[in-house]
Formats: sequence, C-alpha cells, structure tokens
Amino acid sequence: MEIVPLGDAALILRVRERFDDAPEETLDAVLRAFQQLQHAAIPGVIELAPAYTSVAVFFDPIVVAKSAEIPDKTFDWIATRVRAVVAGFTAPGKRTRLRSQTIEIPVCYDAEFALDIDDVAGRANISPSEVIQLHSTFQYRVACIGFVPGFPFLTGLPKKLATPRRETPRKAIPAGSVGIGGGQTGIYPLRSPGGWNLIGRTPLSLFNPQKNPPTLLRAGQRVRFRAITRDEFATLAEAGAAEESSKR
Amino acid sequence: MSVILRRAGFLTSVQDLGRSGYRQLGVSLGGALESFGLRVANLLVGNNQGAAGLEITLGGLQLRFSDERMVAWCGGEFDVQVGSKALPVGHTARLQAGEELRFGRPRIGCRAWLAVSGGIDVPVVLGSRSTDLRAGFGGFEGRTLRDQDVIPLTLSPASFAFAKAAAHSPTTATGISSWTAPHDWVSPATPKPTLRFVRGPDWDRFNASTLQRLTNEAFTVSPDSDRMGVRLDGPELYRVDQSDLISEAVTPGTIQVPPSGKPILLLGDCQTIGGYPKMAHVITVDLSIAAQLRAGDHVRFSEVSLTDAHRLLFEREREFERFRIGISLQST
Repeated sequence: MEIVPLGDAALILRVRERFDDAPEETLDAVLRAFQQLQHAAIPGVIELAPAYTSVAVFFDPIVVAKSAEIPDKTFDWIATRVRAVVAGFTAPGKRTRLRSQTIEIPVCYDAEFALDIDDVAGRANISPSEVIQLHSTFQYRVACIGFVPGFPFLTGLPKKLATPRRETPRKAIPAGSVGIGGGQTGIYPLRSPGGWNLIGRTPLSLFNPQKNPPTLLRAGQRVRFRAITRDEFATLAEAGAAEESSKR
Repeated sequence: MSVILRRAGFLTSVQDLGRSGYRQLGVSLGGALESFGLRVANLLVGNNQGAAGLEITLGGLQLRFSDERMVAWCGGEFDVQVGSKALPVGHTARLQAGEELRFGRPRIGCRAWLAVSGGIDVPVVLGSRSTDLRAGFGGFEGRTLRDQDVIPLTLSPASFAFAKAAAHSPTTATGISSWTAPHDWVSPATPKPTLRFVRGPDWDRFNASTLQRLTNEAFTVSPDSDRMGVRLDGPELYRVDQSDLISEAVTPGTIQVPPSGKPILLLGDCQTIGGYPKMAHVITVDLSIAAQLRAGDHVRFSEVSLTDAHRLLFEREREFERFRIGISLQST
C-alpha cells in the first residue's frame, strides 16, 4: 500500500500494484478501501474516486490544516489518517462480501450499429455471430467509471475478443455505442469522440444528470449483455424517451 | 430579472465553483477555471463567494440587464466599458437597467469572470450551476451562450454594495467604486508566467535531464488548448520506461505526459482519470495564472515543496477571509 500526493489538494492511495493478474481480488480490495474511507468521513475530505488499483482522495487543505493543528504537517496528517482507516478493518474472516448485483444491458449487435465487428471477428478468426455469442455470454465487472460521465470500463472480456483501439479515433460516436478497446469493453454514454471498435448499441441511457444517481453503473457492479433485435431496440429506446419526457 | 446578451462573445458560459462529489461517476469538477477570481468578484458585488457568474473567453461580449445591478470582474487584461466609462478590473460598478456592459479583446491573458449581484439563476444540476460543456449539461441549457440569449438572474441581495457604490458617485447614473481587491488577486495574467509545481506520482519515471528540461526551458502554449487542458510545445519529455500505466485519477493542475513527449497541463474540465504519467502538478494558487494561458504564450515551471504549496494557499485564504470580513463590516 502506497500513498502519493496528487498535487496539493488530493492524494492517491495505491491499494495494489497490478490489476490484470487478479482483477476480481484487486477490485474487491480497492472498493473495500473506498467504502472504509467513505464511512470514516475524515475531516476535510471532499470526495473519493476509485480506479482499478487505487482510490483518489480529494481534500480541502484548509480544512485539513485545521484538524492537523500544525499546518506544515497537513499532508502527513491526512496520509496517516487514510492509512489508519484502510488498515483498520482488514482482519481476516471479518471481510464482508461486497454486494454487487448483476445489471443486464440489452444490446443490438446489428450491422447498423456494429461498424467494427468484422475487424474484431477477423482478428479473432471467428465469425461476427460468434463475436456476439461470446460478448453476450460472459459476465463483466465495472473496474472504473471515467473518460466521460458514466462511461464504464469493463473487465472480463474474453481474451479472444481483445482488439487494439482504432488507429484513427472517430470524431463522434453515438450515445449507447458498445465498444472494445484493447482487453476491455465499454459503453459510450454520450455522443463523444473515441477510438474503440464498435460492435453494437444499447437503447439504455447510461448518464442522466437529472437523476440521482446520474449514472446507470458504478465501480464494482457486474454486467451482462443481452442480444436484442432491431425491433426490441426501437421499442426500448422509445420507452426510455417516453420515461424521460414524462419526468420533465 | 435577466441578463440580455447582445453579443455572446467568443466563448462565454455560466460557471460557479464547480461540481464536487461525482468524480467517482466520471463527472468533471468543471466550474470557473479560476475559481478564486470568481470568488473575489462575487464578494465585490455583495454575493456569496460561490454564486454563479459568467466565464468570458477572449471577450467580444456585450450585455445589459433588465433591472439595476452591481457587477465586478477579475481576469486577464481586458478593456471593459460601462456605457462610455472604463470599468477597471476588480472595481464594482452599478448598472442601470438597459445600460450596456462591453468586454473587448484581452491584451494579456484570455479569460475573465464576471459576477453580477444576485448571481445567475440557472437550475442546480448535480450540486452545481456550472456548465459542463463536454457532457452538455448544467449552466444555461448545457451549452455556451449565444447572441440574444436571455438568462435569468436571482433577486439582488439587499446588500451594502448598492448603497456603497451609489454613495461614491451620487451625481452620475453609473457608479464605479474607488475601492478594489488586491491587484494580484483580480489580475493574475502576466506576459511570461512561471508556474510553480510539486512533483507528481510518476516523477521518478523521467530521467534527470528530462526533469531539468521541465524547469530550465520555456514551453509554448499550443492553439489546441481548451478548458480541458493546456497543450505545451517545446522541449519534449520522454519517460525512462515505456511500460503501460494503470489509469488513475487526474485533477486540474496535473501535468501529464503522453507518448508524444508534449506535456498537457490539465484544467477544470479535464477527465477524471488518465493513463499517462503524471509528472508534476501546478499548485492551487497558480491555477489562476494557468487559466490565463493562451496560444503562443511562453510559460516556465519551477518546483516548490508540498509544504510551501500549502503555506502559499493558507496565506491567500487568510487574506481572503480578512477581505471578506472587511467588506461585510463596511456594509453595516
């Protein structure tokens, strides 16, 4: 475990050194630290953000300095508190299993939405329908949310489907697009630029700032994709739009 | 009660002190790129320091109000006029309904923060009135302002500011205060700035000569800089090892170095995580200067300790608190 400053108003707690060796165990350890820090409510801490192997702690140095009493020891004070909190509850046997429900995400893999599925299939030496079969069979886990609000970086992609990012990123990818970038899969919540290989699209909304929480997913959750037809996509998209407008 | 934009200018948006609490869901901090400047401007018009104002980039803005308002601004070296009178940076002006306020193009720096008594009245979304331009929400319809936009204002507080500015120029329609805030608070832009930094988590991934380049040479601000970050041309900074890094949090002030070797200084709208090495971080008090960098500017970096970064911040906050109390005493 290592604590490094991220500027003068944040620090990074590195819970593990590696991720890919043991993604499940690493994520559990990181999310446990994240929850411990949330419950601890250390004075001056503004917010926390987990990512793969680490938890970032954002703090107000002015508030922390008041607790630290010696202003020059501000960073030491908060680093010590963070370390103590995370070291506190790790007695073996007392680890409570992190609750993580599986969220099903309907995806239409039709050619219209799957602009790069042939590239993914070609690289794996399988057919596009086998790509769909594989992608929608496995279970994934949200390793981190980032890039844009609500974008899930999903771990658990079958190795066969790993495909390097496109050499030239697209300037605009439609919201809901499901893609593969290296060994990860993910979903673009908003129309945005991006370099991942597109293999389908979900009609679900992944980010809605009018809702609380504003995102469909958060770090640690499990995800499964369900293949749907173009008609189902249209029906679900319409239902989603109707729900949004009825709330306004 | 509203502000009417005759010309919206090059890039103007509604901003407050930013959006905290949602970084774990990928939502950027955002807000005024120099939150300190907006806080000072807000105090000058009798607002709470966190009221929403306008962030103005490169000027070109012309606006008026539907009722009487106090205004103040902080930022780069802009020519600002109220009717035919100049409104210097860090002074407070009283505008009659319909009177025009104009921002010209800046001579130095690129951004200004305009506070209006009462504040801009847009809905609070995820705890903030800031516009998230990248994700398209918050602020005024989630976008930059356009010509002819009419933006609602909150009722002016029955604050001292009105009375005071009026008292200073009882005979003219337009009152401009003689009092102001410290000059380096309201006008942080300089032609050849030096930004102070602390070492980043990946400092040791660069060799000594590369690290020296960061502190010994000047960088030039590239034209493709925006609210997400300042891209820097000049000395290229290469890592010792080329191993893939695991993505971690980044934050405004982070200097990250992509494989091109051209560093990027992240600003308020930056992503919440990044996979490039974090070489250094510009300290909080110097983000005011960073927010003024524009294409072609030359910038240098110098290292300070984390303790010094905190000392500088504490000192500024102490003075700010004194200033805030001073202003509130004047109102009684």
